[in-house]
Amino acid sequence: MKENKKQYWKGVEQLTNDPEFVKYAGKEFSQDLPYKKGVLQEEEGGSSRRDFLKLMGFSVAAASLAACEAPVRKAIPYLNKPEVIDPGVPNYYASTYTNGGNYCSIVVKTREGRPIKIEPNKLSDVSGSGTSAQAEASVLSLYDKARLQAPTANGTAIEWKELDSQIIGKLEGIAASGGQIRIVSKTILSPSTKAVIDQFIEKYPTTELVMYDAISAYGIVKANEESFGKAVIPTYNFDKAKTVVSFGADFLGTWINPNRFSSDFVKNRKLNYGKKEMSRLYQFETNLSLTGANADYRTPIKPSSEGIVVTTLYNLLAARSGQPTIGVSKIEVAHLEAAANDLWSNKGQSLVVSGSNDPNVQIMVNAINGLLQNIGSTIDLKTPVYFRQGNDDKMKQFVNDLGAGKIQGVIFLNSNPIYDHYLGKTIEAGLSKAKLKVGLCERADETASDLDYLAPDHHYLESWNDAQPVEGKYSLCQPAISPLFNTRQAQESLLTWAGYGNNDYFEFVKAYWQTYIFTTQNKLQDFQTFFDQCLYDGVYSVAGRAVTLELIVFGGNISAAVGNISRTYTANNEGLELALYETIVIGDGSQANNPWLQETPDPITKACWDNYLTISQAMAKDLGVEMEEGNTYQVQLKVGEQTLVLPAIIQPGQARGTVGLAVGYGRTKVGKVADNLGVNAFPLISEISGTPTMNVLSNVSVSATNESVKVAQTQTHHTFMNREFVVQETTLDTYKNHPEHAFHRPKIAVSNALERKLGDEVIDGKIEPRKISLWKGHDYNNHHWNMSIDMNSCIGCSACSVACQAENNVPVVGKKEVLNRREMTWIRIDRYYSSETTATTNAELEIAAENPEVTFQPMMCQHCNNAPCETVCPVAATSHSTEGLNQMVYNRCIGTRYCANNCPYKVRRFNWFKYHDNEQFDNNLAMNNDLGKMVLNPDVTVRSRGVMEKCTFCVQRIQYGKLEAKKKGRRVVDGEVTTACASACPTDAIVFGDIRDPKSEISKLLQIKDKGDSQEIHEHRAYNVLEELNVKPNVWYLAKVRNKEENA
Amino acid sequence: MEVVSSVRTPLITGGKTVGDVTQDICVRVEAKPPKSWFLAMAISLTFLFVGLYAVFTTAWEGIGVWGLNKTVGWAWDITNFVWWVGIGHAGTLISAILLLFRQKWRMSINRAAEAMTIFAVICALFFPFIHMGRLWLGFYWVMPLPNTFGSLWVNFNSPLLWDVFAISTYFTVSLVFWYIGLIPDFATIRDRAKNKVSAVIYGALSFGWVGSAKDWSRYESVSLILAGLATPLVLSVHTIVSFDFATSIIPGWHTTIFPPYFVSGAVFSGFAMVLTLLLITRKVYKLEDYISVQHIEFMNIIIIVTGSIVGIAYLTELFIAWYSGVPAEQYAFLNRATGPYWWAYATMMTCNVVTPQLFWFKKIRTSLWATFFLSIIVNIGMWFERFVIIVTSLHRDFLPSSWAMFYPTFYDVGDYLFTFGIFFTFFFLFAKFFPVINMAEVKSIIKSTSTSDKALK
Repeated sequence: MKENKKQYWKGVEQLTNDPEFVKYAGKEFSQDLPYKKGVLQEEEGGSSRRDFLKLMGFSVAAASLAACEAPVRKAIPYLNKPEVIDPGVPNYYASTYTNGGNYCSIVVKTREGRPIKIEPNKLSDVSGSGTSAQAEASVLSLYDKARLQAPTANGTAIEWKELDSQIIGKLEGIAASGGQIRIVSKTILSPSTKAVIDQFIEKYPTTELVMYDAISAYGIVKANEESFGKAVIPTYNFDKAKTVVSFGADFLGTWINPNRFSSDFVKNRKLNYGKKEMSRLYQFETNLSLTGANADYRTPIKPSSEGIVVTTLYNLLAARSGQPTIGVSKIEVAHLEAAANDLWSNKGQSLVVSGSNDPNVQIMVNAINGLLQNIGSTIDLKTPVYFRQGNDDKMKQFVNDLGAGKIQGVIFLNSNPIYDHYLGKTIEAGLSKAKLKVGLCERADETASDLDYLAPDHHYLESWNDAQPVEGKYSLCQPAISPLFNTRQAQESLLTWAGYGNNDYFEFVKAYWQTYIFTTQNKLQDFQTFFDQCLYDGVYSVAGRAVTLELIVFGGNISAAVGNISRTYTANNEGLELALYETIVIGDGSQANNPWLQETPDPITKACWDNYLTISQAMAKDLGVEMEEGNTYQVQLKVGEQTLVLPAIIQPGQARGTVGLAVGYGRTKVGKVADNLGVNAFPLISEISGTPTMNVLSNVSVSATNESVKVAQTQTHHTFMNREFVVQETTLDTYKNHPEHAFHRPKIAVSNALERKLGDEVIDGKIEPRKISLWKGHDYNNHHWNMSIDMNSCIGCSACSVACQAENNVPVVGKKEVLNRREMTWIRIDRYYSSETTATTNAELEIAAENPEVTFQPMMCQHCNNAPCETVCPVAATSHSTEGLNQMVYNRCIGTRYCANNCPYKVRRFNWFKYHDNEQFDNNLAMNNDLGKMVLNPDVTVRSRGVMEKCTFCVQRIQYGKLEAKKKGRRVVDGEVTTACASACPTDAIVFGDIRDPKSEISKLLQIKDKGDSQEIHEHRAYNVLEELNVKPNVWYLAKVRNKEENA
Repeated sequence: MEVVSSVRTPLITGGKTVGDVTQDICVRVEAKPPKSWFLAMAISLTFLFVGLYAVFTTAWEGIGVWGLNKTVGWAWDITNFVWWVGIGHAGTLISAILLLFRQKWRMSINRAAEAMTIFAVICALFFPFIHMGRLWLGFYWVMPLPNTFGSLWVNFNSPLLWDVFAISTYFTVSLVFWYIGLIPDFATIRDRAKNKVSAVIYGALSFGWVGSAKDWSRYESVSLILAGLATPLVLSVHTIVSFDFATSIIPGWHTTIFPPYFVSGAVFSGFAMVLTLLLITRKVYKLEDYISVQHIEFMNIIIIVTGSIVGIAYLTELFIAWYSGVPAEQYAFLNRATGPYWWAYATMMTCNVVTPQLFWFKKIRTSLWATFFLSIIVNIGMWFERFVIIVTSLHRDFLPSSWAMFYPTFYDVGDYLFTFGIFFTFFFLFAKFFPVINMAEVKSIIKSTSTSDKALK
């Protein structure tokens, strides 16, 4: 068709390009429309119709928006981006966790300015290479709304200035009239804080500092003063001891400095290709403690016989050394003779400790260590430790003075004696006689609620501080977040009240360090450089301190001690006795309002959210108490005048004629999580030989009630049913002599046809499961992440479990849901009892022995290479990664739970309810209020209702590590990537790494021989749980080896 | 030479004529239902609404309202699912397999049995939905639908996915089969309709059936084709349901005997449910001449046969557990029989293996009361069979640390009740509005002579 080149024009105006026409050509209407010009028309020719619609749309939207309450989500951008904070990139600050005398050197992980995770400070040689459950959980306590949020006077809010002037006025009044002032505190590890208190005392000279510990170790101090002239607690070197004998000292769990003790102790328990020697631990104790659970020989003894047993051991050793023995009642104690033999043959390389607070017993322990020449080798008196500085005598004096009205002013510095001191009731009564009662505390707890003034202290993560846990070892604590509430550091309060010129505690700490600590070295000349280095490292050790270990002669009075012992202790007390204890999770109860801790089961009883009376099997029979699936009965415990009603738990290993009860529960004013959970056992602490002791030797009775009750146990079957495919163990001798035959190696039968095909691999018609498979397997061309768990090193401390909870936003579900068997923990520690048994039926196998051996087996997703969960998911929500991880895709999961059913390890966890933003689960602090949510790890999804979850091998950490390495243009180096559990483990029982890297720690540990497309494990102890299922887990267990005689 | 076979006893008694059949069956659709019908409907609606509350709460709050836990991830949900699917087996078996085998006695019972099948499968389908943690996504994510998620696809390895296909196919074929059978009967009702509404409705339902030779020829062919299609499905559905367990690695589930064992169990329970329902329908609707004692006896014989297969399967499982030498497997079966759920195992054994053997006595298998009672016992037993397989295998598997118990809650029971509500409400609606016996087919086996027909006229 011919192209049309004609132009059409609208009118003559267009043809002539009339300027009037051109002006309006682009407009819809060439002339103004005939309606009134008004506000809607911005300017001449503005499209008023559109503006009208816009405005109408806006006002309708605004009106409807105003009608509904829109949630306000504040997200305020930085005006100037802080140099060190990049969104999505964590910052780490070295700091120090202290809670009374509990100490852990830590690294705080912060994200966008929020502390979200506590990691161990590997530079510390005081707290070892790991953390503890309590230290890990402390980050959640920071965001606890139950903390005091502003100063109060007599229950009403008050300004700081007003508070200060009122307190100073009263203090000056008291000081002027010569009235006594006391600062009551738990152990203070911080030298600067002590210097602050000195300043305070300078201003108010009638002031005295009274320190106490909820669980006292004052008996050791007193005994050492008597025996060696040194009123100190020494350093115990468990790593140097080949034989350890402990009388009720739970040194792996709660005694003095368990973090360091456990890492030291385990050094002598690790075995590998080259090292086939390990230490031996004898434990003589009443309750089954964590240490007892890890002992090679454990003998239950009654607390009333403890002194006699210790003296008997002294006599056995004295006989060997040619020293005179001392007359004491005769007592038969299993394994005591063997312990004496071992101790004697390891003279100077052995260690005897006791958890008793009776100085007489401790003197005998000193005498024994003296005989064994351990003082100066395994016991270092020249390096005292300061974890327990409580002075029971002074505290008692304070209580008496308070009751007598001799004390005018009391300041409670982060202490709660009304709850956690055995004389709490007396203190409560005496307080009314004091004129000034001040609390420098974290919350309005049992003590604080009885006080006039509360000057809330910062959380330690908001504070500057320092600590000297061990002579010559210092560490710094720095704030990782600015204070959340209107709180003030306790030291600043004290400095203010002391009228100290500059009340800035940071300056004070710095000045202290400049004066006292900077001067202990001469490497760095500039203080600021020195301080910055210490702050960066978090720790500082005085170099070249006297490490000259010399024998210190025992100079105690043995006969006097034995005389006292004979008066207090008897070999065969018929009456019932009570042994109080501290659990590794809840401790003295100061962090009771922390739901992470409440939901972490006690490693021995596997119960959480409660305390209970542990009774022996024999006693259970007498009382008619039977226990099944956590169902038990309430019992009535009478101690002297006090009566408590609480659940009973049948505890294998409990000494006959004794009952056990944990302290740390029964709090009434701590917060909604822990209020009225369990009973308070602190008032039951009694005095033996004038010192408070955790044992009650007389006037104890227990009677049954018919009231049934449930205890929230996460594990209700306690033996491993002799299933060698679950738990493998052997004795040291067998392991040394025949390491290749020491363990259970499952074989599966194959058909004749297969046998012909496979040839040599088949022996007697059987083959190792690993050698055949229906599946093609996965190619791992890059990394292949594996984990190894040394059951010889795992002491069951549960730090890994809490670390995982914090790292992976694992919800807390509360007691009711734990009772429904729905706890969410991704890593659990299975605790199995075992014994040499003649049981034949399953019912018999289910019953633990009276004094069983204990095995801890941390259990998490095994990341199977032939994963049974992966094949059954209808929507492929769980799949395998190219690096060997079994991945869970929450977004894709529809919640059929088939994967969990088909998981032979039962490690998958289902979100039965919505655990976040749900009033029903308001105990889950980390997910149910705006403040608590700040602790959540932004790298990990908070899972919705109806999806499955499980251990991911901390995939977010792996990805982060790989990314960091990639930025540097290289591969990840071993050690750069590790899981939260492995990182927290104080005994390095969990090792994580890449088995395709022959130089990695895990490759060496498992003796991996790389065969190109596959890796062979050559470590004899390494095995997979349920190997015969051939699911080929990526988690390896190193079988437990007990250092005991065959059939002993 | 001429061979004369003996005269068989007629399947339809009472000297019914073709006209009688039409009259007897249609009158139930046309007349006002009896009081007993209203009472039954009221009870099933009560079940339905109480159940609905439980279902709503389950969906609103989460699966946590059930008694499940970290160890026992399935219990009543999948037990009920398998139980209802099992019940849903009889209908298609009767209409398809017995059709192929030319078992004419099926004609009196196939309509009701097929209806029961469809309702049972609806009830069964409810559980896979409600048991999902996120059913609002799961209901379509399990379908291999093209999607915008990228290359995301369903997992063809998963037996749950096979279930989706197996059951949806079975449901569709059963529904079509049932409906095809209904068309001539709807036409009969349409033709008799006295008011406009029913004429229009049944007219629409009968798809313009005129009863011509062509119609009948097509009807016969379609029936045969569908019977051919349905026959493998009868076997495949429960085979695939059994794969949910058989392909897993949990001791007590990981069992190759499951497919035949499940199929025979399903037929066993399906026939029991057919008996339960028909004995009532027969009584209320006075259908004694159509569903005679002979029919009941035949069904009871099938119950003995399938019940005995199930019994042998139980014993085989025990033997294999012992023979395998696998400790976990041995424990699983010992625990079933002697562990904390021994009572469930004992109930299962008694109801499924012991009591059905009573049907060896002719007196018992021809007694209506005994049959009714035992048919209920069989279904109780079969529910427990699934419960035993699912719960006792899961609650104590490999690691003793995870061993736990399962305790049902109100919502476990309530959701089960809901399916009873659905089932009976549908069945009673069916009994009122649809012909409960296949008139067209039954007419083909009426013994009619010119004399008897004449006598009537």
